[in-house]
Amino acid sequence: MNQITKQKAHIVFTLNGEPVEVAFAPHKTLLEVLREDMGLMGTKHGCELGECGTCAVLVDGRSILSCLMLGLDAEDRAVETIEGMATADGPHPLQETFADTGAAQCGYCTPGFLLVAKELLAHNANPSRDEIREALSGNLCRCTGYIKIYEAVELAAAKMRGEEMTLPKESVYGYK
Amino acid sequence: MKPFVYSRATEAAAAVRQVSNERSAKFIAGGTNLLDLMKSGVELPDRLVDIARLPLAEITALPQGGVRIGAMARNSTAANHPLVRERYPVLTQAFLAGATGQIRNMASVGGNLMQRTRCPYFYDPAMRCNKREPGSGCSAVEGFNRIHAVLGASEQCIAVHPSDMCVALAALDAVVRVQGPEGEREIPFDDFHRLPGDTPQQDTNLRHGELITAVDLPALPFAKRSHYLKVRDRASYEFALVSVAAVLDVSGGRVRDARVALGGVAHKPWRAREAEKILTGARANEETYRKAAEAALSGARAYKHNTFKIELAKRAIVRALSTAGGSGA
Ligand SMILES: Cc1cc2nc3c(=O)[nH]c(=O)nc-3n(C[C@H](O)[C@H](O)[C@H](O)COP(=O)(O)OP(=O)(O)OC[C@H]3O[C@@H](n4cnc5c(N)ncnc54)[C@H](O)[C@@H]3O)c2cc1C
Ligand code: FES
Ligand code: FES
Repeated sequence: MNQITKQKAHIVFTLNGEPVEVAFAPHKTLLEVLREDMGLMGTKHGCELGECGTCAVLVDGRSILSCLMLGLDAEDRAVETIEGMATADGPHPLQETFADTGAAQCGYCTPGFLLVAKELLAHNANPSRDEIREALSGNLCRCTGYIKIYEAVELAAAKMRGEEMTLPKESVYGYK
Repeated sequence: MKPFVYSRATEAAAAVRQVSNERSAKFIAGGTNLLDLMKSGVELPDRLVDIARLPLAEITALPQGGVRIGAMARNSTAANHPLVRERYPVLTQAFLAGATGQIRNMASVGGNLMQRTRCPYFYDPAMRCNKREPGSGCSAVEGFNRIHAVLGASEQCIAVHPSDMCVALAALDAVVRVQGPEGEREIPFDDFHRLPGDTPQQDTNLRHGELITAVDLPALPFAKRSHYLKVRDRASYEFALVSVAAVLDVSGGRVRDARVALGGVAHKPWRAREAEKILTGARANEETYRKAAEAALSGARAYKHNTFKIELAKRAIVRALSTAGGSGA
């Protein structure tokens, strides 16, 4: 690790598949480093206490809360934020189904939900409603009432398995 | 957050040296409790020694049928490890009842042992609190004390220990392995956390600079039959109002052996030995479980807003024992 003083730390890590270098004040959380020192505003700043889940990112493939992790702890690790979720081929299936079902309203909680759902589907291609509920229980949403979010995850999981799945019509965004 | 000097330890002995040499130095593991307390200004360390990358995360079988869990094992990894799942289901259930997936991915076993109370007066530097500022008084005794202790409290402090994991570890007679400047020692679980007495500022008997390296679980074959019940204000993402770890050895309709520990009721994970005495040798039925519950809470004392906890704890004990005891066969 590079020398760290009280004023400045300098680290290298992998961000959304690319190596990056960043300098920041050593007491900053990963959330602050991403937003303030790297200009990545997709990771949201909510409660700052570990209680809302909107700051969730993936570190070495596991979801964590960036408001409770030091930026320094990211050194040499692989961090994935919402900015890395879509690829050149288009949005991730979860992003598509969140839009299709209206699982995002104000959208403030959405980055956290998407990344945690992505982690779930990486380990469990066909999760039950209860498993989805449990996996997402650390993410709070004040708008949707959660049902649309669970449906969006189920729909994306089906898509990723290459299966057909139709939601009840009233679940599809824009249905009258 | 107040600035601090940071270093990452590559060797346990060096980490121990760095922290023991400086009064206001602290270890940081997952950071989920320490960073939170630093943001609120409750903890103000000048130096952080990061132990997260020390090779202390292994979970291994011990020769006599026990299991060793490294202090840096993350709560999610420990919860789902086959050795823990198979031998100590009560511990897996306790882990999974705590916090959320994201926090469990970060939280270490050592940090969980050392997490501090969630008493709101402790968390608020503007309030009087003997735990945060010895001698300043306890705001909870006369304040809003719904979540506070009903067992083992003192006039100095009525805070409760918030951990779920620790309640299961208390029931399982775990041993905490630590490394200090003078070498290693083992602390039986019951001696690890303290009652508040006149020194509520001290949560545990760990000395400054001592590093927890692992938790040993002794063999307990009947722990296969165990249950963790957590009662809280909402179904997930909430600390326990009351929790019960129950481990029962039942055969031929009788309880051969029992371990019962309670969470959310005291300054430390509370081993209910009076209840265990009543259970051992008695018929495995609800009447026995009720007597055990009465015995466990016989010394309870409530404050203005937490009277309900006494009855809640009794009912939770009966339910946890009934679940652990199964059909009693
Ligand atoms: C929103 C939220 C909800 C939560 N809900 C629950 C819940 O329902 N149930 C529950 O049980 N817990 C809950 N927790 C608490 C969580 O389990 C703890 O914060 C976590 O276990 C602490 O572990 P850590 O590795 O992050 O510790 P850190 O924050 O890194 O450290 C905590 C303390 O332990 C010390 N320490 C850490 N490792 C060692 C070691 N090896 N040796 C000596 N000292 C050490 C540090 O110096 C520090 O003082 C919750 C936390 C949050 C933020
Ligand atoms: S901002 Fe991190 S959990 Fe709310
Ligand atoms: S969409 Fe607004 S908080 Fe979830």
